[in-house]
Amino acid sequence: MSTLAPPSADAAISGGDPHGAHSEHKQPGFIGRYIFSSDHKVIGMQFLLTTLFMLFVGGAFALAIRWQLAYPWEPLPILGKALFPTTGGRITPEFYTMLFTMHGTVMVFLVIIPILAGAFGNFLIPLQIGAEDMAFPRLNMASYWIYWPAVFCFGYSYYAAGSLGAGASSGWTAYPLLSALPDANPGTGPAQTWWLYGLTLVGVSSMMGSVNYLTTIINMRAPGMTLFRMPMSIWGMFITAILQAFALPVLTAASLMLIADRELGTCFFIPTGQLLPGADVATVGGGQPLLWQHLFWFYSHPAVYIMVLPAMGMVSDMLACHCRKPLFGYKPMIYSMTAIAGLGFVVWGHHMFTSGMNPALGMTFMVSTILIALPSGIKVFNWIGTIWGGHVRFNTVLLNCAAFVSMFITGGLSGIFMAAVPVDVYFHDTYFIVAHFHYILFGATLFGVFAAIHHWFPKMTGRSMSERVGQLHFGITFLAFHGVFFPMHLLGMAGMPRRYADPYVHPPFENLLGMNEFMTWAAIVMGAAQLLLVANFFGSWAFGKKAGRNPWLANGLEWSAPSPPPHGNFDLPPVCYRGPYEYSSPVVMPDRDYLPQDEPAEAHAVQGA
Amino acid sequence: MKWVWVSLFAIWPVAAIALSAVSPSMGWWFPESPVTEPAVAEPGAGSSESVNPLGREIDHLFYVILVICGVVFVLTHVGLAWVLFGGARRTVARYFHGNHVLEVVWTLIPAAVLFFIAFYQMEVWAKFRVESYYPADVTPVAEVTGRMYEWRIRYPAPGKTLMDTPQPDDLYAVNELLIPAGEPVLIQLRSQDVQHSFSLPEFRIKQDALPGQRIPVWFQADQAGNYTLLCQELCGWGHYKMGGVVIATPPDEHAAAMAALAAKQQSDGVNQTDDEESEIASTTAVTGERN
Repeated sequence: MSTLAPPSADAAISGGDPHGAHSEHKQPGFIGRYIFSSDHKVIGMQFLLTTLFMLFVGGAFALAIRWQLAYPWEPLPILGKALFPTTGGRITPEFYTMLFTMHGTVMVFLVIIPILAGAFGNFLIPLQIGAEDMAFPRLNMASYWIYWPAVFCFGYSYYAAGSLGAGASSGWTAYPLLSALPDANPGTGPAQTWWLYGLTLVGVSSMMGSVNYLTTIINMRAPGMTLFRMPMSIWGMFITAILQAFALPVLTAASLMLIADRELGTCFFIPTGQLLPGADVATVGGGQPLLWQHLFWFYSHPAVYIMVLPAMGMVSDMLACHCRKPLFGYKPMIYSMTAIAGLGFVVWGHHMFTSGMNPALGMTFMVSTILIALPSGIKVFNWIGTIWGGHVRFNTVLLNCAAFVSMFITGGLSGIFMAAVPVDVYFHDTYFIVAHFHYILFGATLFGVFAAIHHWFPKMTGRSMSERVGQLHFGITFLAFHGVFFPMHLLGMAGMPRRYADPYVHPPFENLLGMNEFMTWAAIVMGAAQLLLVANFFGSWAFGKKAGRNPWLANGLEWSAPSPPPHGNFDLPPVCYRGPYEYSSPVVMPDRDYLPQDEPAEAHAVQGA
Repeated sequence: MKWVWVSLFAIWPVAAIALSAVSPSMGWWFPESPVTEPAVAEPGAGSSESVNPLGREIDHLFYVILVICGVVFVLTHVGLAWVLFGGARRTVARYFHGNHVLEVVWTLIPAAVLFFIAFYQMEVWAKFRVESYYPADVTPVAEVTGRMYEWRIRYPAPGKTLMDTPQPDDLYAVNELLIPAGEPVLIQLRSQDVQHSFSLPEFRIKQDALPGQRIPVWFQADQAGNYTLLCQELCGWGHYKMGGVVIATPPDEHAAAMAALAAKQQSDGVNQTDDEESEIASTTAVTGERN
């Protein structure tokens, strides 16, 4: 019904009062509308633009890392002279450790987590469940604005010691004792403390989002939008929010404990009698560095699923839409997602197989970790089943989604090797691990995000992105991605360690230089290809073809709102009559192959699943 | 254009498998063990087989998983390419919501395979890390202590056993671990400052050196040779250069090398005579008894 209604958004907003509490803010100024906005769509776009910017920052760190691995100790092009005047433009080993620390930090905490939950979670949740906004709009705004102090803290860690060469440098995992003893290294002084402040703040930001998403999804669904009529995106966000709500406090506590160790003289993580080179006295101690690893991974392993579950959900939605076909196994998809989340809480120890924890725990964690492949596999089979028998549109969205499935398979299978403890003993801290998590985090999640950007862009801006540029971007990124990351498996086979500024000082790795050069050039091509995405994004925003409400002929509630949706989202509060995947339903075929969730059922005798 | 895209999804797995298949001959596979000196120069010319019996068991587990995962990789990608190919030809989608039998099948079969993989690993893991599964004749040869950015090695004096605390006649070395070939040896792993990781790629052995703890690690070199020792846990800016060598020699040569080390270390630099060496030997015998 409302799909047929004329776009009378202005009338709906000024006439009715669909968004109760906000009614006194009906005419905010520029700042209220675009900067300190409490509208979930604006906050979502703020997160999206910020995280895309951060993607380039993190990508620049990655390219610098790749440069050093391909051309060790040769002057860094372009920025080298400005950054390292004292070394003639060469990256120092100190700075190399900061590079991969910051690359990991930025990509994990400032890109992947916020682009899924912050950007798409914010944008999609109210629209897809038929709500006018989030349950706590101001908390939502706060969750975005607390992201910036975190960015500041991470960034300031570079200057905390008064010079550029002193950023946080103990890896994104910040293992003590390196991260606990300020005198341990150039980057473990004030920089490490600032890094920990940043970590705490992004945690706060995520937590605010998570509480908000949970409340919104539980309380604000449109009439008829039962839990099992929710799109998979919402299920992904919902389960992610639960993971964050239960796992994050542990990281925050750990972070504060480490700050206390560094600043207040406690010794949670510092054992007795450790003596740094050049130090006069050994540590007082009594603590246990393994405790940090347990606490850190108790959050950061579920965080791995936080970094992929929403993408899984969105890809499920997009695959169904662009294959014009109901999702294969909707409920098994939900149950497997839930199983991944549940098991995700009992697998953190697989990061610690070589850490020296009790060997019996290694076996326990191995079984739980290998079992998590089961629901992941079920999801893969269901995605393939979803494409099976579909009328597939080969557009940018579908291609990126199919890449997601392909890469998730690859990254998932390489995970089996490291879940098997004895095999992990060899692969731990080699490039095999790097290959594995880049296949998941870049290959799967980021390709899922590319798909989601192209899919929901018309809803965000009212215009369509260029299909031609989008496919070009996909093609180059896909090929270059494999060029960078597939050889990493082989580097890992050869035993090349992670986090080495110059692996070639060790004879076994000398013959890996050629492959690393190739990978670096692939990385440069891949980085350059992202400029296409940016050009397409902003170009289409300004000049793209007008999209209308439902350019993809999709079923979700968000497509019955105007594009872009006004404050308050819908013309009339929508009512949900069926599940989100009634594509090619015999009820409406052959007139059309979609059946929106809010189209009243009376017109057709049959109810959807 | 859509056929280009469909073939892209079909071709990349083939390319990936082809690359993996040629990589052993390119030296992009398990590190080759240099059994002679100097190290084997030509990539692909040495043996990728681990010198460590336990390492060979780990390799076996790796290949079991590689075969299973390889089959799944191929099947799923064939499936993906096939449904994309079919989808590119269709003009009308089929309307169905799933298939209960298929769901059960693709839950139970992978579950069985995964349980098999998990339980198949247990024994090797136990042999590596559970002390009651260690070889009965394993001998502690040294205490290895990681520190920025070197491995400090403490041997007991020849003829004596390794003590937890340093003894006056202990022998010290840096970055050079001497072991007898052909028998299992055990090191006690410690860290003097931050975390390090004792890593022997040719042995497939890796163990973090955890501050505040002493962790036993055992391994065996079936053949004499020089093997790479690395640090594989980030320990600071010099992490990349922290390495060393494990020198495995036949037991008699090893004993001679240890005796030479003892003589060198306990010599005062003036009276380097045969008498002194025998004196050292008798002293160690006496203290050995006392211990």
